[in-house]
Amino acid sequence: MAARDYILNHLAILEAEAIHIMREVAAQFEKPALLFSGGKDSIVMVRLAEKAFRPAKFPFPLVHVDTGHNFPETIAFRDRLVERLGERLIVASVEDAIAAGIARDDPGPTPSRNRAQIPTLLHAIETHKFDALFGGARRDEERARAKERIFSFRDEFGQWDPKNQRPELWNIYNGRIRPGEHIRVFPLSNWTELDVWQYIALEGIEIPSIYYSHEREVVMRDGQWMPTSSFMPAKEGVAAAKRIVRFRTVGDMTCTAAVESPATTVEDIVAEVAAARASERGARMDDRTSDAAMEDRKKEGYF
Amino acid sequence: MSLLRLLTCGSVDDGKSTLIGRLLHDSKAIFEDQLESITQTSKARGHERVDLALLTDGLRAEREQGITIDVAYRYFATPKRKFVIADTPGHVQYTRNMVTGASTASLALILIDARHGVVEQTRRHAFIASLLRIPHICVCVNKMDLVDYDVNVFNRIQSDFEKFAARLETTDITFIPISAINGDNVVTRSKHMDWYTGATLMHHLEHVHIASDRDLINRRFPVQWVIRPQSAQHADYRGYGGQVASGVFRPGDEVVALPSGLTTRIKDIHLHDQVLESAFPPMSVAITLEDDLDISRGDMLASPDNKPDATQDIEAMLVWMAPEPMQLKKKYFIRHTTREARCIVNELKYQIDVQTLSREPGATQLGLNEIGRVSLRTTAPLFVDPYRQCRETGSFIVVDEATNNTVGAGMIIDR
Repeated sequence: MAARDYILNHLAILEAEAIHIMREVAAQFEKPALLFSGGKDSIVMVRLAEKAFRPAKFPFPLVHVDTGHNFPETIAFRDRLVERLGERLIVASVEDAIAAGIARDDPGPTPSRNRAQIPTLLHAIETHKFDALFGGARRDEERARAKERIFSFRDEFGQWDPKNQRPELWNIYNGRIRPGEHIRVFPLSNWTELDVWQYIALEGIEIPSIYYSHEREVVMRDGQWMPTSSFMPAKEGVAAAKRIVRFRTVGDMTCTAAVESPATTVEDIVAEVAAARASERGARMDDRTSDAAMEDRKKEGYF
Repeated sequence: MSLLRLLTCGSVDDGKSTLIGRLLHDSKAIFEDQLESITQTSKARGHERVDLALLTDGLRAEREQGITIDVAYRYFATPKRKFVIADTPGHVQYTRNMVTGASTASLALILIDARHGVVEQTRRHAFIASLLRIPHICVCVNKMDLVDYDVNVFNRIQSDFEKFAARLETTDITFIPISAINGDNVVTRSKHMDWYTGATLMHHLEHVHIASDRDLINRRFPVQWVIRPQSAQHADYRGYGGQVASGVFRPGDEVVALPSGLTTRIKDIHLHDQVLESAFPPMSVAITLEDDLDISRGDMLASPDNKPDATQDIEAMLVWMAPEPMQLKKKYFIRHTTREARCIVNELKYQIDVQTLSREPGATQLGLNEIGRVSLRTTAPLFVDPYRQCRETGSFIVVDEATNNTVGAGMIIDR
């Protein structure tokens, strides 16, 4: 029984850790939910939930904060996946929240519903009395996230206090909260973008088509290819071009830039990500606002 | 590809952030846009060269003050291994952060400034690495460029470190002379230190043997979540979800369920639709049993002839992590494996002076960042092993009943 016979590779270790975290949440909380964006990270979380809880149903629903500016491919994918899983989906609509006066459209030069997502999500948490929310955030994405706990405490206003985080030791998680408070849980904290793609390849997980290269009408904005859409048509005098592109992350059509890429398979993407010289979040206009953009949004209750 | 979790200990002055920046940079874990961002910041601050330390400064408050105040996690990979760095500040007021980072690390990277040699902080870091039983220590003697790459300086520091390390539990200690700022012996061999024939830091990190660090003998499976589908298709299914703490489990193995003491055999081990021949640490699996026993979260499966100690009396080393001091006889929550109980600290036998590492009897309370030997009494039995045998069944956290904050971290010792 040599030790070398009982070796797990890095993906298996990360998988085991994430499953442990998900089961811990199921056991420690009354009303957990899984934030599902339709992006690759939340799709990987769904696969991990299957591993953690099947043959039973998930002990929580999926929650999608729908900005109304999503790629139609993402919404179609979401609905197919929920159908196949037979799990419950709750949609928190930013449009409805704006109509009800809970959230406001950003009056900035480019339409963005980034900030409007925050009150929409917090309202959904209050309505459904969620006490724990799974998010697909990873610590390699951004500097503020590098310091966030796996069980990340939020006060009754949904705020994150980076200077007052609970120590988190070994694999013991402290989910104790008072009514009105909640915990954001990040099972993929220790994964990198490459790990996620390798896992998608290994497990043969289906992902939305916009991750693969396709021809699309785009315009150049701040040095990035932005998709045109009814939410954000090309400005007058700006030439729209057809390009072979794909998306590295899936956010709103108004804030997610495309990259020129010939990658048509998940293996192509793994190779591309391994060789990439620009960060994934570099293609998110919402993070380019300032050095501390993500930290500020997180404090307010962003994912 | 295997995975190595390491802890970096040191202060800003030791060049710790620069070393981490160097590892990330030279292993190409840094993206062009990130490099561009810190290049601009470096220029704006009037630095002559790119300050790699900026890469690891996470929160705004830290950037403003130029210090690292929390545990930050960094990731890089080489073709051989994936690395998770727990980057913690070095000063005594951040002992709890270092303990947090140390709790999951397999290797502690201790930085020493070649100009200053072994200082009080070095001893404290080595002690914490040993207390948390990090199996491997790598001592990097940094800033060798500032002592003319002198072999005598390096040898003296190594000998000083070894003298006090004889009292520690860690036996695998490696010494490497480096210059993080110039990259000497970090990823590529130094041209200035022909006298050093050992591995570069990166080579050492890629090859240090970690497979034998786990306990594959004593079988421990804390039951985390009972999987019970409410469907006709799986009407009789009852699976026990959990992460193997130690030992190897196989179908057919006889196991005892604690606390009931009833024995049965493992029917099968699986994960979703994947059937497994064995389960070993740190795998998360679902186990089904031959007999329908009443088992719930917090119970434990073990070998009938090799069980953990079921006890309400715990002897432990306790690190205190809250500004409000630990009080004797006060009630706290205790979380151990998947079990929760309440506890009181009956006795504080002695406190460890982290400056001198001496034992100080007579203390009546533990303050923030203080470490003591305690006796606890719990409201329900916990299934424990000494921490030296198994980190997972030998560790616990203490939670304040009023604030819900994690206030203490404990390591169980033999009675």
